[in-house]
Amino acid sequence: MKHIPQREMTRFMSTRLTILAAIREVATEQAKTLAPLADDLPLMETGLDSLCFAILVARLEEALGADPFTSAGDGRLPSTIGELIAFYENALV
Amino acid sequence: MSNLGTLFERTAAGGGRGRRIATRAFTLELDRLADCGCLGEGLARLDSRCVLLAVGDMAKAAAALIELDGVTRRIVLCPPGADAQLLIALARAAEADALVYDGDAPSPEIDVAIRVACRLPLAPLAAPRAARFVTEWAMPTSGTSGPPKLVAHTLATLTAAFRPATGERWATFYDVRRYGGLQILLRSLLGAESLTLTDPNEGVDAFLGRIGQARATHISGTPSHWRKVLMSGGAHRIAPQRVRLSGEIADDAVLAALRALYPDAHVEHAYASTEAGVAFVVSDGRAGFPASLLREDGEVALRVVDDVLRVRSNRAALRYLGAGAPALEDSDGFVDTGDVVARNGDRCLFVGRRGGVINVGGAKVHPEEVEAALNAHRAVRASRVFARRNPITGALVAAEVVLSEGVAADEATKRDILAACRAALPAYKAPSFLNFVAELPMTDGGKLVRHG
Repeated sequence: MKHIPQREMTRFMSTRLTILAAIREVATEQAKTLAPLADDLPLMETGLDSLCFAILVARLEEALGADPFTSAGDGRLPSTIGELIAFYENALV
Repeated sequence: MSNLGTLFERTAAGGGRGRRIATRAFTLELDRLADCGCLGEGLARLDSRCVLLAVGDMAKAAAALIELDGVTRRIVLCPPGADAQLLIALARAAEADALVYDGDAPSPEIDVAIRVACRLPLAPLAAPRAARFVTEWAMPTSGTSGPPKLVAHTLATLTAAFRPATGERWATFYDVRRYGGLQILLRSLLGAESLTLTDPNEGVDAFLGRIGQARATHISGTPSHWRKVLMSGGAHRIAPQRVRLSGEIADDAVLAALRALYPDAHVEHAYASTEAGVAFVVSDGRAGFPASLLREDGEVALRVVDDVLRVRSNRAALRYLGAGAPALEDSDGFVDTGDVVARNGDRCLFVGRRGGVINVGGAKVHPEEVEAALNAHRAVRASRVFARRNPITGALVAAEVVLSEGVAADEATKRDILAACRAALPAYKAPSFLNFVAELPMTDGGKLVRHG
C-alpha cells in the first residue's frame, strides 16, 4: 500500500470536504434534492443539473484555486462523485 | 431657409430677457448671441467647409453651433476629451477639412486645411451671419469599439420632435455633443429660459448645487446618472418639476426611487437613439411602454421584428457617413434600434441590446433584465451584470452591486439579494456571483460600462 504523508492526507480530506460542502451548498441554493453522496454515485444522478455543475466548478476554482475542467490534460472527465474528487485532487498535486 | 441662427433669433425675439446657458466656467447670455459669437473672423474661413467641432467647454460648443449651422456644409460633433487619434479618425470618417478648437487649450495635432479657435466671452460678429447651406450635423453613434461610425442629421431632423415651450429651466447630466444632450441644448436655444450644463471635472454634489441655484424645472440624465443622484448627499439641492430619464433602460426601481425622492415632480422616461431620433416619452411612471404605441400610422411608427424594436419617423438620421456604409433604414424606412423588447399583455418592456446577451449553456440572458431584478431589491442602489467564463456552460451570470445607504455589505445581504433574484428569474438568469462595489464605471455618455 502506498504511503501517503499526513500533510497530503489532510489536504486530500479537505479537498473532499470542500467539494462535498460546495455540492450541498449549490443544491440548496438551486432548490435541488441531492441523492446521498457516495463515491460511486454517477454525477448525472446526483440531482444537479448542468447549471449547478457550472456554478460548482466556478465555486471550486475560487475555493481550491484550480479548474481542472479547463486545464484537463488528457481530456478525460469525471463521471462519478469519487472521480470528481480525484479529478480535483490530481489537479492540486 | 431655416438655420439655427435664424430660428434662434426668432425665439429670442419672442422670449424674455435673461435667457442663458451656464457651465461651471462660462455663462452665455442668449440675448447677445444675435450679434456676437465665439469664432471671430475665423467664421468666414469656415464657409462651405466640413468642420470638426472639438472644444472643451459645452457653452463654447453651443455658441459655435449657432455660428456654424448654415455656414458650413457639415459640422462634426466630436465627443468631449477626444484625443488627436480619435480626431484624426473622425476627420477621415467625415472627410473634414477644417477644425474648430478650444482657444484655451493647445490646438490638436491633426492635418486639416483650416483651423479656427473658439473663445469665450462672446465678441461682436465680424460680419452679419450669411447662412446658405442645410448643414449636416454628423455625430458618432454610441457604439464603443472599432473606428467611429458617424450618422448625419440636419437641424430639421434634430428638432422635429420639438413642441414650443417657454419658461422652462433645463439642466442635464448629458454632454451636448451627443444626441441626447444635443436635443436638450437645441430645446433650450429655441425656447427655454435657461440651461445648466455639467463640467467633466465637477462632482455630482457640486453640479446639483448649481442646478439648484439655477432653480431648474426640467432635469434629464440616464438612469445611471440618476442613481448617482440617489446616492448623493446633494439630492435635495434640486427641486425639479420634471425628471426625465433616457439613454438606458429605466427600470421600475429607479422610477419609484425618483418619485419617492421628488414627490412633486413628474418622472418620465424617453426613448431615443442617435440613429432613430426621439421616438416617444413614457409618462405613466412604469418601466417599458404601452403596447398601443406599436402602430405605424402616426408621426412615429414603431414595429417589432424578431423581438427588436424598429422606428420610422422624420426625426431619424439621414444616413450613415462614409463610402460602403450600411443603409440606416430598412426597405420600409424603419431604423433597426438593436433594442430587444418583450411583450407582456398591454405593456412592452425593454429587455436589453441584441448584441449584449450572455449565453449560459445555450440560453440567452440580457444583462439588463438581471440588473432590473437586482435593482428591485431594496438593498440595491445600482448594479452591473456581465458574463463570467465557465467550462461547463460557456458562461455564467455575474453581478456587481452598489448597496443602498446603510445596508451592511455582508454575506447575509448577499444571500438575501441572490435569493430574491432566484425567486424573480429563471435559475440560469440569476447571478451565480455577486460582489459589492463602491461604484460602477460609467461611460462619458453617462451609461453603464459594459464588458466586451
